Amino acid sequence: MLTAETNTAKIGLMLAAILLFAAVVGIMLFLATLFRGRRADRWVAYAYLTPTLLMLAVGLVYPGVRTIYQSFFDAAGNAFIGLDNYKTIFTDGDQLTVLRNTVFWVVVTPFVATAVGLLYAILVDKSKFESAAKALIFLPMAISFVGASIIWKFVYEYRPDQGNVKQIGLLNQVLVWLGGSPQQWLVDSPLNTFLLIVVMIWIQAGFAMTVLSAAIKAIPDDIVEAARLDGVTPWGMFRFVTLPAIRPAVVVVLTTIGIGTLKVFDIVRTMTGGQFNTSVIANEFYSQSFRSDNQGLGAALAVLLFLLVIPIVVYNIRQLRRSEAL
Amino acid sequence: MTTTTPPAATALPADRGEQSAAAVAKRKLSSPWASLAAILIAVLWTLPTFGLLVSSFRPERAIKTTGWWTFFSNPTLTMDNYRDVLDSESGAGLGSYFVNSLVITIPSVIIPLTLATIAAYAFAWIKFPGRNILFLVIFALQIVPLQVTLIPLLTLYVDAGLANTFWTIWLSHSIFGLPLAIYLLHNFMREVPATLLEAARVDGAGHVAIFFRVLLPLLRPALAAFGIFQFLWVWNDLLVALTFAGGGDKVAPITVALANLSGTRGTAWHLLSAGAFVSIIVPVTIFLLLQRYFVRGLLAGSVKG
Repeated sequence: MLTAETNTAKIGLMLAAILLFAAVVGIMLFLATLFRGRRADRWVAYAYLTPTLLMLAVGLVYPGVRTIYQSFFDAAGNAFIGLDNYKTIFTDGDQLTVLRNTVFWVVVTPFVATAVGLLYAILVDKSKFESAAKALIFLPMAISFVGASIIWKFVYEYRPDQGNVKQIGLLNQVLVWLGGSPQQWLVDSPLNTFLLIVVMIWIQAGFAMTVLSAAIKAIPDDIVEAARLDGVTPWGMFRFVTLPAIRPAVVVVLTTIGIGTLKVFDIVRTMTGGQFNTSVIANEFYSQSFRSDNQGLGAALAVLLFLLVIPIVVYNIRQLRRSEAL
Repeated sequence: MTTTTPPAATALPADRGEQSAAAVAKRKLSSPWASLAAILIAVLWTLPTFGLLVSSFRPERAIKTTGWWTFFSNPTLTMDNYRDVLDSESGAGLGSYFVNSLVITIPSVIIPLTLATIAAYAFAWIKFPGRNILFLVIFALQIVPLQVTLIPLLTLYVDAGLANTFWTIWLSHSIFGLPLAIYLLHNFMREVPATLLEAARVDGAGHVAIFFRVLLPLLRPALAAFGIFQFLWVWNDLLVALTFAGGGDKVAPITVALANLSGTRGTAWHLLSAGAFVSIIVPVTIFLLLQRYFVRGLLAGSVKG
């Protein structure tokens, strides 16, 4: 019952697993009805929560604590080495490049994606083709990072600059049309990191646009009307009416994209595999843990990722509190 | 997994007059320049996908020697790339990986959705000691990056003899999806008027009856929203699959196969283009069909990454 070879067997296994799960849930719900008495409700609640809490404890809490512990050990996970792994991250040349790239990703992606999303949301607002226009920007969100990486790798594709060789990548062809010579886009550092960031921006702009567009449409009409009667310029309208009104949504979009960007590893792995100085923390974690078998350093990188997420979340929550207090 | 709550965005776009702030801002920015900028962004966002889509139908030789934009002056269409990439005898054998993706995704949506609904019900409508603190802990767990959990979890699976089976992936995706699902569904459930539940309780309905008769019909949009989230997340996932599924076609999903193909045969564009679209077609279809629920889910709560 653990493995399956053929497609039919796989689907059979899947159906069996779903049935098994349904049976477990059914039994749990039935047992919960057996509680009687004044405090029955409390026991029902605990019964309902047991599977969830068990899974979270085993699957998130324990592994998290274990990884933090592991980050103080050496590559094989045997000898305690204190903070040496963290020291490596902040002193080793390769690791410093990883940190630098991560900073590029986290600073550039949220702001550019949000700016594009906001601009586009304003431009197509109330236009005849609004929903179709939005769908175009929105669609990359449904595409996997791997799929998006392949799409963009094709855009960046390079053919040697020789007489009869034609470019098949759009970017190089545009360059040739403009009279330039084709470049190996994914090889030249640090430009290659920014070209990878383009992929993330391409995916996230749709998210920014959707949330900000809804926020814009939720601005009360009377405020807009009052500002208009006061003769506010369009820029003034944006600066003093629209932007303050959607500020909480902008903060949410920036922080959400920021967190997502910190953790993205698929793009780097699919497009360059972290070569040519393009690695970021999330990718380096994978390489160190599974390729270089340096468990300690991998664990330290994962913990660093966790630590970097926290200030963004805290900022987000504080901003939300502030806007609710107003 | 992360989450955040856009407060101003919870209201769905309502039908309004012509004077939205954006409309006013647009008018001055406006007309030719605004349209031009919008069209430019739309083209930039569409062209890369379009180019690969066109390429996936061009003969291998044509893809390798000329750009896809030459297709329009010299159109030749073929399905060979798709046949090659799906077939396991002569090509990349993406077909069985595609089946794996389906087998992975369906339970990985059903399990967390069911468990989270039950848990969210307990949190929303039953009073018990420790309720607030437990809910807070689950809420906080949303920010734990998957990376932190992978290696210890892998060790647990190996010790249990489950390594490289579907079971580990189902379990992992279910666990990772739970905090967000509970949080989202809890928010929706709290919005159901308590009087509805009281009325059912007075009629003698138990928790299960209340859930199915009163709550389920009202929760359908929320369930759909999270279902789509989780579906896209699991179908598009690479990290969890790489860690737990191994490389072969027994368990690994299509994202793993594509990433490997891109690594080993990075210039085989006839396979990569067709392969990419085989993997994209399912999530894009689901997304387009259920876009309404997806947007609602986005606005109501959160995004995980």
